[in-house]
Amino acid sequence: MQARRIAGRVLFYLLAAAIIVYTVFPFYWAIVSSLKAGSALFQVEFWPANPAWDNYAGVFRGQPFARNILNSVVVSVAVVALSLFLALTASYALGRVQFRGRGTLLMVVLGVSMFPQVAVLSGMFELIRWLGLYNNLMGLILSYMIFTLPFTVWVLTTFMRELPKELEEAAIVDGASPWVIITRVFLPLMGPALATTGLLAFIAAWNEFLFALTFTLSNDMRTVPVAIALITGTSQFELPWGNIMAASVIVTVPLLVLVMIFQRKIVSGLTAGAVKG
Amino acid sequence: MATVTLRGVRKSFGGMEIIHGVDLDIDDNELTVFVGPSGCGKSTLLRLIAGLEDITSGEMTIDGVRVNDLPPKERGISMVFQSYALYPHMSVYDNMAFGLKLANGSKDAIDAKVREAARILQIENLLTRKPRELSGGQRQRVAIGRAIVREPKVFLFDEPLSNLDAALRVQMRIELAKLKEDLSATMVYVTHDQVEAMTLANKIVVLRAGHVEQVGSPLELYHHPRNLFVAGFIGSPKMNFLETVASDIGRDTATVKIPGGGTMAVPARTAGMAPGAKVTLGVRPEHLVPGEEGDSVMEGRVFVVERLGGETYCHVRVDGGQSVVIRTGGDSPVNPGEQVRIGVPAATCHLFDRDGIALDRVERHPLADLDMPRSATG
Amino acid sequence: MTTAFDTNRLPAPRVTPAGRSKGSALTRQRRRAALIFLAPMVIVLALVAGWPLARTIYFSFTDATLYNLEYHELIGFLNFYYLAVDPQWWRAVWNTVFFAVVSVSIETILGMVIALTLNAHMPGRGLLRAAMLIPWAIPTVVSAQMWGWMYHDLYGVINEIFLGIGLIDRPHAWIADPALSMYAVIAVDVWKTTPFMTLLILAALQLLPGEVYEAARVDGINPVKVFFKVTLPLIKPALMVAIIFRTLDALRIFDLMYVLTGNSRATASMSVYARQQLVDFQDVGYGSAASTFLFLIIAAFTVIYITVGKVNFDGQGGK
Repeated sequence: MQARRIAGRVLFYLLAAAIIVYTVFPFYWAIVSSLKAGSALFQVEFWPANPAWDNYAGVFRGQPFARNILNSVVVSVAVVALSLFLALTASYALGRVQFRGRGTLLMVVLGVSMFPQVAVLSGMFELIRWLGLYNNLMGLILSYMIFTLPFTVWVLTTFMRELPKELEEAAIVDGASPWVIITRVFLPLMGPALATTGLLAFIAAWNEFLFALTFTLSNDMRTVPVAIALITGTSQFELPWGNIMAASVIVTVPLLVLVMIFQRKIVSGLTAGAVKG
Repeated sequence: MATVTLRGVRKSFGGMEIIHGVDLDIDDNELTVFVGPSGCGKSTLLRLIAGLEDITSGEMTIDGVRVNDLPPKERGISMVFQSYALYPHMSVYDNMAFGLKLANGSKDAIDAKVREAARILQIENLLTRKPRELSGGQRQRVAIGRAIVREPKVFLFDEPLSNLDAALRVQMRIELAKLKEDLSATMVYVTHDQVEAMTLANKIVVLRAGHVEQVGSPLELYHHPRNLFVAGFIGSPKMNFLETVASDIGRDTATVKIPGGGTMAVPARTAGMAPGAKVTLGVRPEHLVPGEEGDSVMEGRVFVVERLGGETYCHVRVDGGQSVVIRTGGDSPVNPGEQVRIGVPAATCHLFDRDGIALDRVERHPLADLDMPRSATG
Repeated sequence: MTTAFDTNRLPAPRVTPAGRSKGSALTRQRRRAALIFLAPMVIVLALVAGWPLARTIYFSFTDATLYNLEYHELIGFLNFYYLAVDPQWWRAVWNTVFFAVVSVSIETILGMVIALTLNAHMPGRGLLRAAMLIPWAIPTVVSAQMWGWMYHDLYGVINEIFLGIGLIDRPHAWIADPALSMYAVIAVDVWKTTPFMTLLILAALQLLPGEVYEAARVDGINPVKVFFKVTLPLIKPALMVAIIFRTLDALRIFDLMYVLTGNSRATASMSVYARQQLVDFQDVGYGSAASTFLFLIIAAFTVIYITVGKVNFDGQGGK
């Protein structure tokens, strides 16, 4: 019996080690590569003999990377803020007020979140051009709503449903209108929910590629994913992999830090949306 | 200060009717208790008065004003919820001040009212605390404080003591009774506990399955229950019910058979009753007398003895198979298995016809009309 | 029996038909507020989702081009006909379906294994769970570039390692070689998305009642049998939801393929193909038709998702 338990434990740790290596290796390799200057890149060593920051400097020289990062931040924050605001009031209605067509509306919201982005591409392109928002961050903020809004509405509605009924009734007896109930009674209680939802929506907006690729033209309007995908080198045939890896690391580290800090919330947010429906 | 009247009030949820045509008068300056078993509709009725549910049909007025279409805040009511429903993120002070702030009162006026309520409830030292830092009893008081500051016409209480443990419940009950005197307001109180009902109420409304069974003062319900349900609901332990037959009907007496073969003449208004009619004889455990005294005597064997120290309840199986509970003194020497004799004083007996309706008693109990400034309807 | 109530003052009770109350002021106020609260969200959604979708579907019946969007003519189902006979389109459809089926299968099995591992109460599983979030947190584009570098035919570390352990005898062009590129793409997607499946499955596993396993242990049943006969059936509903959810995502894939393999025919998904037609070839009509086709497929799947998931639309919570 004891032998079996030890064998089980060893197996577990082996498996765990394998999993960790599998998940972490690509990122590790990117870091290693980014620290190899010049031709050192073409040697396969598992740790650079002469680590250097050349590639990191190169990233900012080759394109307005700092500007790209700023663009991503602006767009993501704006989209999240807008979505949360619209979703907050909508989720109160969807989660706590009985009206005809509520179920249908929720179904439509869920349906929209399933759209393939390319399905609205031509229509969206026409719309953005017509509004004069081509190659403009506002165009991205507008178009991103198509996936952040349904998501935030869905998750916040789930949270709104959970809030106790008697609390709302006490506020009604106290003379609170629905707006007051949302802003002064429920909102203070929804901090964690808003944070989680906002974080997940932020990550989704940050990662978005198709719309950003299609609706921006100039280098200084690009967001981070597009910038990283289109990093070009001096030569037509050889991509500056060192720079690309450096850019990848720059972008990934803050995201990883955010995700690690908010681990629990993220996990519960993801599963709340999907598993419990 | 206000009266509440209900006329033909019905409430349906979906297709199901929960409240069936209730007529009620809740008098000014009184504590009226809605009591009944789970699902009888007492909470629903309270919520109809509050305006948290819509009235399906019927009329309701508060202080003479028709309130069917008014939202809660315009009805002049305050409510204390079963779970207290305190705002978790606000301090005690802010909890109590919230409603007043929404009504745009002046800061000084609000402050004065909050502090006065806090003084009445002795929670002045808790004003800066958050609800999660308070004990159950303290939260109770804050909830009541929040209701007081609104200076409502009618206070509504939805089973406020249900969430407290037994000891705390007794203590809070006494405080509520004191509060009732201090505030002199109209109060409607919902509970399933008939002890709370008896001790707190000026008037009790007994509900069952959406119908009002009887309305009256506590002692009136105790001494003059209208039907089997009310008779069995009020008083603990339950009234003893013996199925029997009225062998002889006089003008103001009915002679009934009792277990053991004897008969007893019970004073009752017997109009319309025929000899041989099936009746239920009701007598409370505290009115039975151990021994031979009484207008008739039953014999039986004790099968359970419950000793509470100050009193003892003996469960006796009498001839004919029915069982009876008798209350005796704490020092009663009875043991299970013993044969005992129980005396039944006819004057304390109730008779119910075969539909469960009580026959009017001949003499009205002197205390039954105590503390009844206005007459009751129902 | 006297009453304190003056019957002369009050109107006769109004009897409304049973069950149809027009609602007190409270209900009406709440409903009104609800509609006002919903309006902005619904308007925005109609603007960014409803309208563009409608336009895209409309365009698929026209001969519009990107450089001349305003002037176009309706050409009926012509685009769809061209689509139906276009071998590259069907290659794209096959690519997408193949990708979805293989990816999701591997992710499910792998996710199950890892979830079961994480579910065991052993020290260090917190670290494991943190490591699991890394692939999920890294943007898809970045992942594609990182793996693209690892896959490099000359300097990539994958060739290096495989050669070193004798798995292959010469360096392979994982991305350029059409026979290999799809598998390269799948491998990246598996790496990136298995964590998500793992988390979903883990959540489902943690909801299972512990007593079932204790009873099985007391009865001395083989753990493998316990898995297939007890665990699997119990988590099947959540598992089905997760699988369909993931499949929907996989069918929509764009970023990974575009960045890793560009518009290469061997790996182009339907999204890549559609976009290529729209933007690179400027053929809005044709591209929109492809997009519409994709949308219909996704819609069909969504219906399955909603039915199988029995997603709760009219839940309780404040009447």
